[in-house]
Amino acid sequence: MIPYYLCFILFLVGLYGIITRRNLVKIAISLSVMEFSVFLLLALTGYREGGVAPIVDPTDPVKVYVDPLPQAMVLTAIVIGLATTAMIMAVIIRIYRKYGTFDIREIKNLRG
Amino acid sequence: MKGMTVIVKKTTQLIAGLVFLYGIYVIIHGHLTPGGGFAGGIIIAGSFILLILAFGSDFIRLTKEETGSTMYENLAILIVTFLAASGMLFGARIFFINWLPKGTAGELISAGMLPLYNIFVGLEVAASILTIFLALIIFKEEMPE
Amino acid sequence: MNPLIPLFVIVPLAGAFLIMILGRLIRNLDKYLASLILLFLVSVSFWFLLTTGDKVTVYKAGGWEPVNGIPIAIYMVLDGFNTLVLCIINIIGFVSVFYSITYMSRYTSENYFYALFCLMIAGMNGVVISGDLFNIFVFLEISAISSYALVAFGVEKNELEATFKYQVLGALASFIILLGIGLIYWKAKTLNIADIRMVFSSGYDRAYYLLIQILLLCGFGLKAAIIPFHAWLPDAHSSAPSPISAMLSGVLIKAAGIYVIIRLFFNMFAISQGMSVLITTLGALSMVTGVFLAIGQWDIKRLLAYHSISQMGYVVLSVGIGMMMISKGIRDEIAALAIAGGLFHLINHAAFKGLLFLNAGAIEYTTGTRDLREMGGLAKQMPVTAATSFAASMAISGIPPFNGFFSKLIIIIAAVLAKYYLLAVLAVIVSIITLASFLKFQRYAFFNKSDDQNKRNIKEVPFPMLFSMIVLSIICLLLSILALPGIRETILMPATDILMDPSKYASQITGI
Repeated sequence: MIPYYLCFILFLVGLYGIITRRNLVKIAISLSVMEFSVFLLLALTGYREGGVAPIVDPTDPVKVYVDPLPQAMVLTAIVIGLATTAMIMAVIIRIYRKYGTFDIREIKNLRG
Repeated sequence: MKGMTVIVKKTTQLIAGLVFLYGIYVIIHGHLTPGGGFAGGIIIAGSFILLILAFGSDFIRLTKEETGSTMYENLAILIVTFLAASGMLFGARIFFINWLPKGTAGELISAGMLPLYNIFVGLEVAASILTIFLALIIFKEEMPE
Repeated sequence: MNPLIPLFVIVPLAGAFLIMILGRLIRNLDKYLASLILLFLVSVSFWFLLTTGDKVTVYKAGGWEPVNGIPIAIYMVLDGFNTLVLCIINIIGFVSVFYSITYMSRYTSENYFYALFCLMIAGMNGVVISGDLFNIFVFLEISAISSYALVAFGVEKNELEATFKYQVLGALASFIILLGIGLIYWKAKTLNIADIRMVFSSGYDRAYYLLIQILLLCGFGLKAAIIPFHAWLPDAHSSAPSPISAMLSGVLIKAAGIYVIIRLFFNMFAISQGMSVLITTLGALSMVTGVFLAIGQWDIKRLLAYHSISQMGYVVLSVGIGMMMISKGIRDEIAALAIAGGLFHLINHAAFKGLLFLNAGAIEYTTGTRDLREMGGLAKQMPVTAATSFAASMAISGIPPFNGFFSKLIIIIAAVLAKYYLLAVLAVIVSIITLASFLKFQRYAFFNKSDDQNKRNIKEVPFPMLFSMIVLSIICLLLSILALPGIRETILMPATDILMDPSKYASQITGI
């Protein structure tokens, strides 16, 4: 069970980073850490004792394969995560150009 | 954006073509081996990114390249959508159905529509990764010092 | 296997990329192509609304039939509840895109706007029609990423700050949802909503089940901006261009948040007492807090955004009352009434909040300000905007004969019948405060005398914007007929039935 708990701890590390960091880029990095902890957990859910990569071998019908569906899900989620990260980095670059800082405490036009 | 030293340029010259070919290999064997459209597309985009980083490029050429890669990206995803919708016109008339003949498992030309999907998804991923990379460089170049 | 079902995703998706390619070559094609796409989707969704009734239509993408009773294809499902939400998505989408024809002409690179708009519509339609959890996640992300880009469309200081907040919280929500989906897959080994219900109905670990429920409620609650998770909404909704604010407030928080919460907690999880109390509490909390945060605002769009939180509270509250009644197992007709009231308010809120944001956009378009204190006396120069915004304000604060009155009435009656008198009183009080806050809006924006000289040359907005506002105000009036007995049975009752009888949903989809 230890790998699963480690995934949860990694998730919490990312959450801690998002809450406490002041730098926009560090917040984006913490988001990525959180994202990949979820992906690791998803990939782990497909694990089977003694399983091999799910490429069907017609000569050996009794082989144990790991579950391929979580892998497909993780791949899709990685693509989505890539789009999110690219989007957030573009926004951060734009913010830097407008405000001249990465510090979140100085970026507060909107309140109320 | 400036280029790098002679050593980097020469190494990149030697490697980039091989990386590109390996990407194509991963894409067209997507239905037989691990990998496929996404992985292969990233590898192809990597070869272009290597070239741009090593040799550098001026601002105007970068914006032109970005226009081109955006166009490729849109075309590729349109073709993927069309392939998915083509199932509604041919075969059993169901969305996303694999209506081409399946062939024998393990051959290069088999599995019906899957190689086609892989090729166009690979094109799409390569173009979009390149677009993101170019857009971020253009942002950086535009920025006043 | 109705071949029209996947068109809800294919047409806007293909349209978005066609706009990107052809929009550079042909001028003005983007506007008309986007409007045509949305018009087509509106007609298809209306056709489904009239023909679906209480049957459940399933479309298996790829034609994969179930193996040993386990569904393996991607299921697209249309039932009474779906079609209602599809209708409001596409109608508000069409009205907003028609409104943007003149509104967005002030911005550069309009073709990106229309492409992203179509992508957002494709994402929301996908969330609503897909019958399995992972596809809900994928389509949710498509709509979320395009809405991040649309909120930042003006690329000024405020927009960028708002979109950053929205993105960080939205991404957090997505990962929490993905974690919940992963945990469900781990135990159930399936992703189909109906099949998950079948698997869990044969016994489960209580603590694990509760963890999944809390995770999914937090994730979709963040997307829906229920009160403890509302921090991003006022910024994002007030900084976006007005048609996008109308889409975000009118449709996106419903399709991506409330719809999925209702669908999962009624049709996938077994309804439990504790969860229904939690949902009702969250609803009541956001109903009350939202309106108190709204009343002190002077920025029109911020005021409207806080009212969105409050009005969504009504929906969640009444659905929660329905859940409590079902979990107690007594008096099903009250549960049906409460759920029908919630769904009715969901539809109504899309109409009047969309209209109010379009009004705010029209005021901003002509006067160039969003601050209520700088306006005044606009009723003479902008009669149509004033009239439509009066209709919308009366609808949101629950004045007959507008639609908001009937849905709030149903919700309050249901709360009284269910003997939750405190909730009924709260609903009435919140409605009165809403009225006060909208009277303030009306008075400062349209009726206050102002002798400012430079307001003389203010004119009414151009035709496409007027057309959209008039259409929505007529819809606001017409929707009140949904409360009439004959029409209620054909439109609202199928949606309520599918939520009330989850085993029917599961058995019709898996075919067992």
